[in-house]
Amino acid sequence: MLKTPLNEIHRRLGARLVEFGGWEMPVMYRGINDEHVYTRSSATIFDVSHMGRLKFTGADAERLLDRVCTRNIAKLAVGRSAYSHVCNDRGGILDDVIVSRAKDYLYMVCNAGNREKIVAHLKKNAEGMTVKIDDTTTASAMFAIQGPAVIPMFKSQAEKLPIKIGDMGRYGFVTGSYMGMGYSVFRSGYTGEDGLEIVLPAMAGVLVWDFLTKESDDDRVTIKPAGLGARDTLRMEAGMPLYGHELNEDVDPISAGCKWCVDLSKDFIGAAALRKVDADGPVRKITGLVLEGRRIARQGAKILSGDREVGEVTSGTLSPTLGKSIAMGFVESALAAPETKLAVDISGTAVPALVVPLPFYKKPQ
Amino acid sequence: MSVPNDRRYLKSHEWHKLEGDICTIGITQFAADELTDITYVSLPSVGKELKAGKPFGEVESVKATSDLIAGVSGVVTEVNSKLNDAPELVNSDPMAAGWMIKVKVSDAAALEGLLAADQYEAQLSGH
Repeated sequence: MLKTPLNEIHRRLGARLVEFGGWEMPVMYRGINDEHVYTRSSATIFDVSHMGRLKFTGADAERLLDRVCTRNIAKLAVGRSAYSHVCNDRGGILDDVIVSRAKDYLYMVCNAGNREKIVAHLKKNAEGMTVKIDDTTTASAMFAIQGPAVIPMFKSQAEKLPIKIGDMGRYGFVTGSYMGMGYSVFRSGYTGEDGLEIVLPAMAGVLVWDFLTKESDDDRVTIKPAGLGARDTLRMEAGMPLYGHELNEDVDPISAGCKWCVDLSKDFIGAAALRKVDADGPVRKITGLVLEGRRIARQGAKILSGDREVGEVTSGTLSPTLGKSIAMGFVESALAAPETKLAVDISGTAVPALVVPLPFYKKPQ
Repeated sequence: MSVPNDRRYLKSHEWHKLEGDICTIGITQFAADELTDITYVSLPSVGKELKAGKPFGEVESVKATSDLIAGVSGVVTEVNSKLNDAPELVNSDPMAAGWMIKVKVSDAAALEGLLAADQYEAQLSGH
């Protein structure tokens, strides 16, 4: 099992560690609910060093990424990031990724459990191209710092913090250096809150983590650690898909509600299949459900309309923010409109559920 | 961790406390800590007949749903209705206020067959 550069810190903090995507990761420190609520109200830091980090250089770097990504990479400006899917020939999703463009390279963050598959897919499609693919995952650390206090803190305390964010907007990205150590900072995340994702050399990981999580001795809020458990409940409230739940090789981006990250006017692997899904309309669509009561609908639970099975749950939780049982799942398109009354089979009981628009939670403007 | 010796345990972390012929059942501190953030407890109705070794309900947390197993056979005489609105009682006080059901046991001696506190603790340390 792989360990992130922060592994010793997680142990010191008494985190519960689990295997995730081939890595030993903290699922929680104090409690999932507590970490969730603190992210929505203040600022938390997540070790996301397990995410795959790939760097592309060479004359054909852009051509390669435009061939494998659903998003138009040629249109991606320097200093910007974009969410994209990577598909197979059938339009099935191999992974969901974030692509960023620096002055002299392109960069991709992919899922931990898909890293080897994606590297192999990229290498196969790079045959005959002038492009170098560096997997920098184990040489670096990555943190996500999320919550409404994050951006104001990094702006107002810029001179005291080791990481500078400048004036970038959402999905912006900048590089900088602190005591000779280069870092990249992205204004993105997976919680539904504003925040940052920081990549830095593995050796600097512990130092910067300790600095950022110091108890505040001024009016700055304290950044507290949060684990993968809270990351999962936060992304569910924000209606964000998770690979292995909403996304897999038999699901296409249009059915998964991600048509906005697909440029059907360009050529890429899977484009023909996706044009057909777009023309015919998806058979089943990703759908948000609010269930009656407190029971949680788990992945694989059947979605019912009367006695008929019309879909399947992909993720569910008891939403800490809404206090309601929420779920996402694929439902026959005709029954996926908000206000439709359905039910979810939980241990043999048909629990009434109402279709609602995604996301379940939007941060206050 | 507190594993009081006034009760008997199952490997699957349910405790059983006998008073007369009424056995109170709940889950241990260890199980409550493992589950964390309990969101729902599904319990049988009063009058339901339970069989030793069979599930009598389910406990749900943010991460998973687990069966609750009865270590004794008997008839349910009372359920902790407070858990309907406050399942978090199982997290905060699993060994007392977070109890789940009371059962009129058909054979009180059967309890002797469950794990004693030291045996349960030994199993935890090997966990």
